[in-house]
Amino acid sequence: MMLELRQVHAYYGRSHVLYGVDLAAREGEVVSLLGRNGAGKTTTLKSIVGLVDVTGGEILYEGRSLRGLRTHEISRLGIGLVPEDRRIFGDLTVVENLRVGERPGGGWTVERVFGLFPKLRELGGQRGASLSGGEQQMLTIARTLMTNPRLLLLDEPSEGLAPVVVRALAENIAALKGSGLTILLSEQNVKFARRLADRAYIIEKGQIRFEGSFGHLDANESLRRAYLSV
Amino acid sequence: MSPSLILIQLLSGLAHAMVLFLIASGLSLIFGVTRIVNFAHGSFYMLAAYLTYTLTATLPLGVAAFYVAVPLAAASVGLAGLGVEVVLLRRVYRAPELYQLLLTFALVLVIADGVKFFWGSENLTGPAAPGLAGSVPVAGQLFPTYDLALIALGPLVAAALWWLFYRTRWGVLIRAATQDREMVAVLGVDQARLFTSVFVLGSFLAGLGGALQVPRQALTNVMDTSIITEAFVVVVVGGMGSVPGALLAAVVIGVIDAFGVLVLPRASLVMMFVVMAVILIVRPWGLLGRPPAQPRTAGGAIVTASALRVPRPWMAAVVALLIVVPPVLPTFHVWVLVEILAFALFAASLHLLMGTGGMVSFGHAASFGLGAYGAALCVTWAKAPMLVALAAAPLAAAVCAALYGYFCVRLSSIYFAMLTLAFAQIAFAIVHQWYDVTGGDNGLLGIWPAPWLAGPLAYYYLALASCGGGIALLALVERAPFGLTLRAARDHAPRAETVGINIRLHQWLAFIVAGFFGGLAGGTFVFLKGSVFPDYLAVPMSVEPLVMVLLGGVQALAGAPVGAAVYKLLDTVATRYTDYWQLVLGAILILLVLVFPRGILGVVGDRRRA
Repeated sequence: MMLELRQVHAYYGRSHVLYGVDLAAREGEVVSLLGRNGAGKTTTLKSIVGLVDVTGGEILYEGRSLRGLRTHEISRLGIGLVPEDRRIFGDLTVVENLRVGERPGGGWTVERVFGLFPKLRELGGQRGASLSGGEQQMLTIARTLMTNPRLLLLDEPSEGLAPVVVRALAENIAALKGSGLTILLSEQNVKFARRLADRAYIIEKGQIRFEGSFGHLDANESLRRAYLSV
Repeated sequence: MSPSLILIQLLSGLAHAMVLFLIASGLSLIFGVTRIVNFAHGSFYMLAAYLTYTLTATLPLGVAAFYVAVPLAAASVGLAGLGVEVVLLRRVYRAPELYQLLLTFALVLVIADGVKFFWGSENLTGPAAPGLAGSVPVAGQLFPTYDLALIALGPLVAAALWWLFYRTRWGVLIRAATQDREMVAVLGVDQARLFTSVFVLGSFLAGLGGALQVPRQALTNVMDTSIITEAFVVVVVGGMGSVPGALLAAVVIGVIDAFGVLVLPRASLVMMFVVMAVILIVRPWGLLGRPPAQPRTAGGAIVTASALRVPRPWMAAVVALLIVVPPVLPTFHVWVLVEILAFALFAASLHLLMGTGGMVSFGHAASFGLGAYGAALCVTWAKAPMLVALAAAPLAAAVCAALYGYFCVRLSSIYFAMLTLAFAQIAFAIVHQWYDVTGGDNGLLGIWPAPWLAGPLAYYYLALASCGGGIALLALVERAPFGLTLRAARDHAPRAETVGINIRLHQWLAFIVAGFFGGLAGGTFVFLKGSVFPDYLAVPMSVEPLVMVLLGGVQALAGAPVGAAVYKLLDTVATRYTDYWQLVLGAILILLVLVFPRGILGVVGDRRRA
């Protein structure tokens, strides 16, 4: 297993959010974490990179425990989080945003990132704050790629984007999958997740309620109604 | 005013502005990245000035000695910054941000006494800069060559900093971290190392400013406090975290200072603060600052742990002891207790603002001092009976608080703090310079209690009634729906607004209530001392209750009296046994912060819960 969460409990500030989450991803796999707003998707991703207080359970990356490691150390092991709210450095230019995560000697360079997202090349000198939502989403993924991750944690990348932008984004992510990157994709948009993911988990109230293929999920109407529909 | 005089004043203002810029840019940088309000920044400046003085005298390099001493002193102070960050600050990064402020305040005390110990308290006149010692004629008047050199150096330093920030990867990381430190860590950058490097650079800049100041002014023990206020003003006017803003603001403040002395010599002290107040009211985030990003998590930066309840039996026991014990105490101890009571109320009134309201005031001395002066002026000019004067104290403070609080509550976080400081300084300057009414420096004397209340025990019980009663009322206020509303506004302003709370109104009312009780504390204090001085409104008087609240623990109102008692007892004991009481007090504060990183009650509470 590349990533394995065993009975993870986590707090967000003072509130207990995760109640024993179990989840795993094999190398090269795209796994989707589905659930409603507030179900614990973001907290699960944040617990992996040490941004929330994990109070119980185990988080293993290639068999090695991540608990107690600092966020930048986890990043350097090859885990890249793409946050839901994008968190672009608004005062920095697009190229400067990319340079923050730059790691010498790795696979990803500014040039290679521009190859994947040609639009960013045109925007290179612009301030991050002046980008549109779709452009910011590309930039935030590109910026994380610069850290040469082997495991990418994508938090609701399709949120708030126009359908045409979402389609382009899906192609980008599919390309990343094709290059062998392991991806944990948190989503509310099941249609978007199905196009990319091999398997799905459903999280509700901080616990995993379903694990399996999209075929199983489609066959189970009550499951979808209970945990996914609004 | 002749054109040549204007030019000379302008130039001298610019020379001062360049030194200010060096110091303020370092301070701004440190705040921008680490969010530490570094009170010790002025101490680093002073340290470098004294080091330059000694190095110039001892280095066997002839005329070159000064020019070697300046970078050497600045570098040594940068190194001291490294030590401070790694050994002290790094341990408390996870504590609420204000505890780092407490730590830097302790350093101010330690360094001040350290300088006194090594260099004495006499003013020292520094060496002139060889080759730049004379004057040159400018528009028919003589102007110091050294000041001209400083004016030339300023843009060079600014250019070097610009290059560092915009042309190096380190600069990119610094600017990124100023906006979102957590995201920088997510991208694999070690925050600790970034913080250390920023702290070193910031301290180096403070040191460079201090070292370059040596040929311009005499070295004194109070260089640290005089520069730190000015530097904060520059940083806030420019916009916290913005180095270009610091440059702009330094020029504005430097030039205003230079002309202020000329045009309104009697108001020179207050000019800078009036300018700051006006700028902050018009541009709440400074000239080039940006509004802070919306806090991501619920819960203010100030209060992280859950509110703390002190068990009722403990409370009752303390009150019983306070009533029963004093008659058997020696007189001196009774007077110390009265002082503690006054400060306990003073700190508790600040707690309403910073603990419950999440509004950290750097100018709470205004309420204490205005209360004290309110009472004293009643006695001196209106010949009012003592109890009437005592009752006037909180009213005077509350009326003034209503006036300036109206503007302060429009701002938040550090800008709020600085605007309160500005108004406190304005009040200080008025009191200090309005000789005819307030006696200026000499203060007002002979403000004694009525004869039947003048004895130690009688006055003690009066103080217990006024201060103890005040604290009890504050406790009621904090627990009432009004207090809950304030907490809601503190924890999540947008949500509080959404449910229909008028945040500004509630914060304004809290400001007035805090002013009222701060004034009552000041009134009680003035009859204890029998006199009142402008010092009651000065910066240290604003810092003391802040230290007390943090020391006791900001989570509970009870923390304020606990902190006041511990601080005042330490102060009393240290002052009694050593001339270097600041050193002792500072060292103890450092230890306390490291041992009780969330205040005494906070840590005791954690133990009990565990």
